[in-house]
Amino acid sequence: MLYDHILIRYGELSLKNKNRKKFIYQLHENVRTKLINYPELKIKNSRDRMTILLNGQDPEPIIEACQTIYGVQSLSLAIKVDNDTEQIKHAALQALKEATDARTFKITTKRADKDFPIGSQEFNHVIGSHLLTNTEDYTVDVHHPDVELHIDIRKQGTYITSTRIKGAGGLPVGSAGKTLLLLSGGLDSPVAGYLMMGRGVKLEAVHFHSPPYTSEAAKQKVLDLADRLTFFGNEIKVHIVPFTALQQKIHREIPYGYSMTVMRRMMLKISEKIAAKENILSLTTGESLGQVASQTMESMHAINEVTNYPLLRPLVSMDKEAIIRISQQIDTYDISTRPYEDCCTVFVPNAPKTKPKLDKVKYFEGLMDVEGDITDIMNDIETITFPLKQEKDTFADLF
Amino acid sequence: MIYFDNSATTKPDPSVLESFLQISQKYYGNPSSVHRFGLEAETLLRKAHEQAAEILRVTSSEIIFTSGGTEGNNTAIKGIALAHQNRGNHIITTQIEHPSVLEACHSLETLGFDVTYLPVNEHGTVDVKDVKQALTDKTILVSIMHINNELGSIQPIEAIGQLIKKRPTTYFHVDHVQGFGKQTLPLHDSGIDLCTISGHKIHGLKGTGILYVKKGTTLFSLFHGGNQQGNYRSGTENVAGDVSLVKAMRLIKEQEINSKNHLDELNQLLRELLQEIPEIMINTSPSQAPQILNFSIPGYKPEVIIHALGEREIFISTKSACSSKKPDESAVLHAVGFSQERSKSGLRVSLSYQNTKEEIELFCRSLRKVIQQLSKVMG
Repeated sequence: MLYDHILIRYGELSLKNKNRKKFIYQLHENVRTKLINYPELKIKNSRDRMTILLNGQDPEPIIEACQTIYGVQSLSLAIKVDNDTEQIKHAALQALKEATDARTFKITTKRADKDFPIGSQEFNHVIGSHLLTNTEDYTVDVHHPDVELHIDIRKQGTYITSTRIKGAGGLPVGSAGKTLLLLSGGLDSPVAGYLMMGRGVKLEAVHFHSPPYTSEAAKQKVLDLADRLTFFGNEIKVHIVPFTALQQKIHREIPYGYSMTVMRRMMLKISEKIAAKENILSLTTGESLGQVASQTMESMHAINEVTNYPLLRPLVSMDKEAIIRISQQIDTYDISTRPYEDCCTVFVPNAPKTKPKLDKVKYFEGLMDVEGDITDIMNDIETITFPLKQEKDTFADLF
Repeated sequence: MIYFDNSATTKPDPSVLESFLQISQKYYGNPSSVHRFGLEAETLLRKAHEQAAEILRVTSSEIIFTSGGTEGNNTAIKGIALAHQNRGNHIITTQIEHPSVLEACHSLETLGFDVTYLPVNEHGTVDVKDVKQALTDKTILVSIMHINNELGSIQPIEAIGQLIKKRPTTYFHVDHVQGFGKQTLPLHDSGIDLCTISGHKIHGLKGTGILYVKKGTTLFSLFHGGNQQGNYRSGTENVAGDVSLVKAMRLIKEQEINSKNHLDELNQLLRELLQEIPEIMINTSPSQAPQILNFSIPGYKPEVIIHALGEREIFISTKSACSSKKPDESAVLHAVGFSQERSKSGLRVSLSYQNTKEEIELFCRSLRKVIQQLSKVMG
């Protein structure tokens, strides 16, 4: 293998002047965590890029892993040589030959090290003519080259790269605080969580579990979704809320058309309490405007009123197809579509109000005493952290 | 006992058997049941899918668990033919396929499909150019085995895959039953749409197998019912069998990595020793799959040799029962172009990672003696 480095270019974070240090530190942490199983690698930061010294490792799985990390704008395989014209010529020739499909090329030199004696324009010609004299069948095309060789001359050495591989973009997870995601098991909420992570937000998740109305399998689905989402960020805590008693009470005491609205309000109320306890400053849902009865403008208004916390809805303007597309990209689709009831679909009346009136909601809710129930619930929450630290896999021996 | 018939079947690995037993006893729930006990079975099944996918470097929804090679081959061939007959009715395969491919193709001929059976060269391999020439607008399926079961010849699957990849309406099926765990066959980006693997050829259990079906491939299902396995194959999943299979896959893959040269060394020794016996003609060309070595002893009935060796607790085999019109001639050896005499007297040694050099030496000594004895009788 010719290439000995991987270059990682930062995305938007180079814009964020003041916080840049923090972002880069976070990205470095995230890259390191992701590559923990490759102890041979040497990962180094600089102001505008990160370099990974491969030490003989196969670059392919490493590139694949880094592509999913938020904050990585693009990646390239690179050869590092000394700032020496002969060495650069040699490496550039090797890099060109590596790109076997290419017929036309272009050289772009960036001379950050101004001590290097040849100007970048002139150096393009030096390298270009070296390549032309030492190969057959290649021609220069400065407008639409098949391959563009970048020669980056820096104080610490010269990097030669050709193809640019797109990264996930966005901001490194953990650089923008935490949100509590209401994770139902459906298609939308994991996508919402994923998109929030793209803004640098760390996730915790809350799930409302109503056994025996919802099954163990439905809960497992939520846990698997959370586990899957850790792939794009760091660890995720999932709070499993025992919701059965309160749900039965709502069902009993609230008029049919309003029970769904009140149930949603109770979910937010409990989520807010969890957020407060965990020092989380916002809640996130997978709601998209107009999808179902609880997601009309009137419903959102009536439900949202119960909390002062910012309620983030990254999917609010997206259509279902776009959401499904993302869920397929991030491999949550197959988990979400496992055929179990999720917590939203049991207890839903046949005709919930699509335009609930807030004063009525508050009136009915006022007739019901829930404080005791909520205290009990808060005491019985089960919290699981993913990825599971020491997976007590009872099945391991069987495989 | 010396067991040299590993291409017919292999000895189940004890730990594979243990997994099967444990799951059959403890987790016998139906994965489709909604209760917790069913969920455990479903979790096992899901993990089995994931592990198989990881080993084959594909995604878990592309794995269908089957009852073995014959089912995998039939599901692939008939499944593609029946689902895509509106696009065309032409199928390409080779003259040296396993009967489960050849007979599936013959059955389709009775339904009006047109099948091309490609010849092979003197090494028992099909020529990519022949495949290219045989392709027509109506070709919906090409089915070619990876390693031939009788001869051990390796087919140019990667090149054929690249050829078919460019054709949006032609599917490519590979019978990988003899190759898995011994010769790596990358599936990702290979042009392969379907790939058959069998459990009992890799120290797994009989009645287990996998058909890889590339995402987006539609098949006419052979089994209709409860829509298990993404509708490709209805029927309550064999969780114990499926888990035991992926364990066998893991174990043989580890051996493939750790004892890479072992089979080559055995094969080399076997060749050298057999070449010293003047009556023997080796049929398998060098640089084919090392686990299979086919040879003929013209003038000797292969069954007699097999029985004589059997008395010495040595088990090898003759040609597999096949569709040759001449009942005692190997269709594969015939297709390679050997004389009738030679095709009639083919014998096969097939090795596993467990076999040793000592066994090879003892086998060759015994074979020499058997030939001497028989020649006296016959002379």
